[in-house]
Amino acid sequence: MESLRIICPNGHLGFAPTREESFRIGVAARPDCIAADSGSDDVGPIPLGSDTSTSPLAWQTHDLELMLLASRELRVPMIIGSSGDTGSNSRVDMYVRIIRELATKHRLAPFKLGYFYSEVDRELVRSRMRQGEKVAGLEGHADLVESELDATSRIVAMAGVHPFMRLLEQGADVVIGGRSSDSCVFAAPAIHHGFPESQAYYLGKVLECASFCAEPYGGKETVLGKVTHDAVEVTAMHPAQRCTVASVAGHAMYERSNPYYEHVAGGTLDMAECVYEQIADKTTRITGARFRAAEEFRVKLEGAGKVGERYVGMVGIRDPYTIGNVDAVIAWARDKVRERFGDSGYELHYTVYGRDGIMGALEPNRDRPAHELCILVQGVAPTADMAEELTMIGTRQMFYARLPEVKGSAGSVAFALDEVLRASPAYRWTLNHTLRCGDPLELFPTHIVTVDA
Amino acid sequence: MAKLSTLAKTIRSKNAGVDLITFDVIFTDKQTYERVKRAQVITRESVCALYRIPAARIADFVEFDPGNAIKFTIYRLRPSGSPGDPDIFGAQQYAPLLDIEVP
Repeated sequence: MESLRIICPNGHLGFAPTREESFRIGVAARPDCIAADSGSDDVGPIPLGSDTSTSPLAWQTHDLELMLLASRELRVPMIIGSSGDTGSNSRVDMYVRIIRELATKHRLAPFKLGYFYSEVDRELVRSRMRQGEKVAGLEGHADLVESELDATSRIVAMAGVHPFMRLLEQGADVVIGGRSSDSCVFAAPAIHHGFPESQAYYLGKVLECASFCAEPYGGKETVLGKVTHDAVEVTAMHPAQRCTVASVAGHAMYERSNPYYEHVAGGTLDMAECVYEQIADKTTRITGARFRAAEEFRVKLEGAGKVGERYVGMVGIRDPYTIGNVDAVIAWARDKVRERFGDSGYELHYTVYGRDGIMGALEPNRDRPAHELCILVQGVAPTADMAEELTMIGTRQMFYARLPEVKGSAGSVAFALDEVLRASPAYRWTLNHTLRCGDPLELFPTHIVTVDA
Repeated sequence: MAKLSTLAKTIRSKNAGVDLITFDVIFTDKQTYERVKRAQVITRESVCALYRIPAARIADFVEFDPGNAIKFTIYRLRPSGSPGDPDIFGAQQYAPLLDIEVP
């Protein structure tokens, strides 16, 4: 095989619908594989912790339907990573169910459906820790301790290419993956077909966000990547987009702390010596990527834990004197919460829009607040009743805050809603760690079935 | 003098995983990129001063020649999406960079 061509229609399948015009152009180019990643930790810890999707079922189904029909028509594999935003087991099962339903709906000829899971049992992690295994913290996280593990609701491991390759070796026509590194969704078929890891992982790196590697800016458009034994070429499929040296090199930076390195289970892609060339109007060629195998096989773990039930309230302030003393208003309300619930056992957060609501302590202009403020109050507590009362006190008591020089004595804040609203429970990321594994497939059980509609 | 917002094609911030926010300042052409680099107005030190953070909050700082870009990454104090985090994607943290004056 001289080259392998893969199209990617969407950088986060389901999060916003795939744009169909460029997808059709991509399919007409007769690629060897259609692949997309469907998850991200960008969506915050709530979906993983509560085992839900942030993407609507209708959009997930829309994109899976486009890809499945094209894949069966061209008789080439379709590969999905990080199913349903989080890649948890329930999300994999949901995507498997959607694929089966679509096969029935369209009376598709029989095909092999492979899938794998990525969830990791908390007790497995605990037993490793008790055997002396270090669960190493990434990016400033301390190494894992059991109390943090206890606070964790759900854990997924980040797969590399291995479970995808296992399923492709077994002849899967459709692969539905649990949590996995974005680039591995694309690297796996390339390595499976004998292309060097260096080119394969770079192919994955450049394709993972679909048209984010093209210009002008436009998400959810299809791009086509071609891998050979010594280069990767990437081409925009949308008529108005191009993959340029600037757009492709620029994409190497996106969402990563360092533009030169990409870490996956099993090694690191080194892009420091990459050379970018414009070889056609819409196509850029990249050479010089290098993959280095890791000395120790470590798998990244993501975990989210529930903090509590949550309510939100909202108030406005227009009086300039009150704006100047907003911290005293908040302190007053916090005091009232403390009188009722004490100092701990709950969280109470005030976000002051118009002063430093978006940037907090990073805000250089926090001493120059706007002429009106909106304050979002969030109360988090073990029970919904407590969260509601806590948030109600923390919101309504701002109305009664007594400031020494205030002219308006009828109410210190304005209510658009004189109520507090129930929000999703609050979660937090508890695990951003790595665990050593003896076998790359250990945490990723694979299954293959024939779908015969 | 010119404001960075008039010289750069892209000025953005975004999560890089759950513990980091990364900032990209991307220029259309090599000349402008080199001008800003030479001016030393975006450095570890200037970023710390602008955002009023200690040097230890900077996780990475790269002048990325292939992309005509200056890129730096900071540690969050709490992971993204923790209760009270007002910018789950880290997407609106770049604004103070817009007004940097470049000689």
